Amino acid sequence: MAPIGTGQILGHLISSLHGFRKKISDINQRYAIPKIRMSKWVRLTLFVLRLYLIFLVLLLGYKFWTLVR
Amino acid sequence: MEIWSLFFYEFQRVKKVLKIYLLLAGPGLIVMLADNDAGGITTYTVTGAKFGYGLIWFILLLLPVAYVVQEMTVRLGAVTKRGHAEAIFDAFGTFWGWFSFLDLALVNWLTLITEFIGMTMALSLFHIPPAITIIIVSIVMMIMVLQGRYWTWEKIAIVFAALNLVYIPAAFLIHPSWSDVVSTGFVPHFPGGFTSTLFFFLMANIGTTIAPWMIFFQQSAVVDKGMKEKDIGWGQADTFFGSTLTVLVAIFCIIVTGTVLFGSQIESAAQAAQILMTTSPYVGTLIAIGLFDAGFLGAICISLASSWAFGEVFGWAHSLNLKIREAPWFYACYFIALVTAGVVVLIPGAPLVLITLFVQVIAVTLLPAALVFLLLLLNNEDIMGSYKNTALQNIVGSAIVVGIIILSTFYGITTLFPDILV
Repeated sequence: MAPIGTGQILGHLISSLHGFRKKISDINQRYAIPKIRMSKWVRLTLFVLRLYLIFLVLLLGYKFWTLVR
Repeated sequence: MEIWSLFFYEFQRVKKVLKIYLLLAGPGLIVMLADNDAGGITTYTVTGAKFGYGLIWFILLLLPVAYVVQEMTVRLGAVTKRGHAEAIFDAFGTFWGWFSFLDLALVNWLTLITEFIGMTMALSLFHIPPAITIIIVSIVMMIMVLQGRYWTWEKIAIVFAALNLVYIPAAFLIHPSWSDVVSTGFVPHFPGGFTSTLFFFLMANIGTTIAPWMIFFQQSAVVDKGMKEKDIGWGQADTFFGSTLTVLVAIFCIIVTGTVLFGSQIESAAQAAQILMTTSPYVGTLIAIGLFDAGFLGAICISLASSWAFGEVFGWAHSLNLKIREAPWFYACYFIALVTAGVVVLIPGAPLVLITLFVQVIAVTLLPAALVFLLLLLNNEDIMGSYKNTALQNIVGSAIVVGIIILSTFYGITTLFPDILV
């Protein structure tokens, strides 16, 4: 059995990564359009959720900044 | 004669009902008892040592909270036949899908580390080195999933869940004054006044009652078990029974430490077990066994919740009914999560306390989104049909979700900035 070269391993890794990237883009395509009916209420809820997450990210960022400082 | 035939008829009826329940029981019971994981047991132990029986009434209030949230996952799973991760992608698109999925993967992995910490601390009381604990636990957890049947996994998990009840005999062994338990514990009040410390403990207890992984786990388990719309009633009964048991375990855990360690500076369940081992060896041993079991139960559910989510999102085969060659990626995710979490615990000088605190903060970023999506999905007639939330379910569910979001956010903030509460 011929020994496996570094090039072959690298090639295998690159093709695996390529496959993974393709999988991600497949998922993004499959779920590109949200299936839920976007009523005013749903839109408002999702908007508030976004604001809430931004607030939390800012808090985490501030904490990180105070730790580093 | 007639009385005997009536009795026999009733006996046969109850036997039949129990048989059906035992067939359909599982996801609700397991998720609820796994809710009392290493972090949960630590919270209850410290609560008892700090406030005695004073907060038992508050723990009772958490029963409907846990039931209402988890019951929704039963309906959603049984009707859509999809896990929560896939349901979010499908309904809300890729932004919310990736956010929930990646956040879940991270928070689950970090929580898994805390479960390993709990298990190693518990078994170190029996002089078992952490490395041995992690290796043995990982092997047992791998064997549990590799037999290729969801049913077998579930029944083994129920045995471990039953072990979570050791806190009940432990409480009886220490002979508490039951009249004190009732008069102090079941009358709503704030022991020592509404202080910042008390507020922190209330938030911590709510934080342990509903965790993001529970929503994802139960919905995926309902799907993997193959529950259908007609089984929803049984799933609800299972969830209610599980919620009752989880609250019961929490209460008895508080009774144990509230009786013998009230006023002591306890910081963990392992520390409580260590102290009790010198004064009441049987009780200390039961507490240590309970802590180990809590960590184990949490670990098997959390690692599965992640694997199911990976399978759902990436479209890989993802069922405990499949052999390893039929669902290699599903099992690979499970093993990788286990091994990496175990290795982190064994790294000398790893920031384990920081990880434990970080888990609480990251969980806060996912929990509101998961709960809100749950409510939105349960209100969608296209998805749920006649099983969508009723007006009353919406009022109760929304109030609980808003309450959890507010308190868990405060909990996350006070974890990040402890000086706020001073």
